[in-house]
Amino acid sequence: MMRGFGIIAATLIGFFTTAQAEESIVLGLNQSEVSISTDFTGSEIIIFGAVKRETPIPEGPDLEVVVTVSGPSKPVIVRRKEKKFGIWVNTDAVEVDRAPSFYAVASSGPLQDVLNRIEDLRYKVSVPRAIRSVGAPMSIKDSSAFTNALVRIRTTANQYQQYESGVTVDQQTLFRATVQLPAALIEGAYDTRIFLTRGGVVISQYETLIDVRKVGLERWLYNLSRNQPLIYGLLSLAIAVAAGWSASAAFSLLRR
Amino acid sequence: MQIYLPIAEISVNAFLLLGLGGIVGILSGMFGVGGGFLITPLLFFIGIPPAVAVATGANQIVASSVSALLVHLKRKTVDLRMGSVLLAGGLVGAAGGVVIFNYLKSLGQVDLLVNLCYVIFLGIIGGLMLIESINALYKTRSGKRQPRKKHTWIQKLPFKMRFRVTGLYISVIPPLLVGAFVGLLAAIMGVGGGFIMVPAMIYLLGMPTKVVVGTSLFQIIFVAAFTTLLHATTNYTVDIVLAILLLIGGVIGAQFGTTLGTKLKAEQLRILLALLVLLVCAKLALDLLLQPSELYSIGFSS
Repeated sequence: MMRGFGIIAATLIGFFTTAQAEESIVLGLNQSEVSISTDFTGSEIIIFGAVKRETPIPEGPDLEVVVTVSGPSKPVIVRRKEKKFGIWVNTDAVEVDRAPSFYAVASSGPLQDVLNRIEDLRYKVSVPRAIRSVGAPMSIKDSSAFTNALVRIRTTANQYQQYESGVTVDQQTLFRATVQLPAALIEGAYDTRIFLTRGGVVISQYETLIDVRKVGLERWLYNLSRNQPLIYGLLSLAIAVAAGWSASAAFSLLRR
Repeated sequence: MQIYLPIAEISVNAFLLLGLGGIVGILSGMFGVGGGFLITPLLFFIGIPPAVAVATGANQIVASSVSALLVHLKRKTVDLRMGSVLLAGGLVGAAGGVVIFNYLKSLGQVDLLVNLCYVIFLGIIGGLMLIESINALYKTRSGKRQPRKKHTWIQKLPFKMRFRVTGLYISVIPPLLVGAFVGLLAAIMGVGGGFIMVPAMIYLLGMPTKVVVGTSLFQIIFVAAFTTLLHATTNYTVDIVLAILLLIGGVIGAQFGTTLGTKLKAEQLRILLALLVLLVCAKLALDLLLQPSELYSIGFSS
């Protein structure tokens, strides 16, 4: 029974790939895993690949490539300050229910030329599309200002990146993109997507995950703080007291 | 040298943190303040998430206060009895403060209230202390010594206790109230409360400045340890790597601080602390009054 189902699924996938894409992607990554160790200062991911095709290169507009890397999403609240009674206080707030902690989009040309608006909406490629805000309270009329602010703040912090012409395409067949992961990186599965487009329309896409994980001491401390918080807390206090005592002891020896 | 912090989830310069810890440690040893009112805003400034900064700051305060307290214990400038009475009040106050803090959090304006608390209390304490200590300095220069008032309303209260190190024979009610009030503010503002405790002991209880520092440190250690444990078990925001970097600088700084403190006159020490408190107050007040360059901020929904 299970076996029969498996065969059906396989044929379905096979059917889709052949029907949809005469040009498909063969992908390589310089690393499919990013390890965060104590000396982690960021990482560079090189995404490269080739376009596989059975037929000659089609006539018409050139092949373009768009690459996106997206970190784990968390709902966030964007707050705005206003002057009230002479001081600046948070007044309005808009909840954004999907905002990736990291998002990079690289393309082989200006994004609006490489990908048309409808395709951008459908695949949620550009930075503003990658964010989803369900709705602001009725009292806030300019809710787009809040999502713009989110993009602006995260772009300044290098958490959102856009590289126009960040993908080099060679002979309409080989492509290569580099994405710089910043030092302030959150653990999780980083969704990596590659789109092939012609005339602004997506003709093929490929998706893979890059695993970002803390390793070694970082991993151990993080797990301890989550699984044994009391022991972790007592450990940090013990370290504090021991450090205080040893400094005092060392200095009284020096003074003698 | 960059180091990735496992809980804060950012990478920072290790030497910067060592230096920060050192500065706060010096102040801690000199004035008997934990330095929470300094370290927390400084950590915000270098990009540590606020929740992690508050929790880890408390842990660092434990270390530098232990380091400084041991020196004071050797010099016998700690009134353990007075410290215990203050602490008893402090823990009750802190428990109440946590309740108030959570209530304000549910109203959504906790940041503003914490900042206003800082500006108001730092302003009042710094201002009063500066005026008083300048006056005192002027009087000692002109050769007249102000006689300590022996009989105030405080003397009339019941439950008297003798505090030998301090040289006081007073009711336990004022120290208990002072402790509770400081504990309350400490829990709301996320600090050890030394900058309120020190002036309160000098001006309200009439304790001599030299004993005040050690006794304040004694009390701060327990309040800060309590806060650290609370944060570690409820919010998981204590970053042990960040704490270690800060406290290496902190404990060494505290040793220098206590030495520096003995070289200065009590009045000079008070003027310096007053100026420091006013400086932080002015900075926080300006943040509230001037238009920020970025009006929007990102927070995580619970």
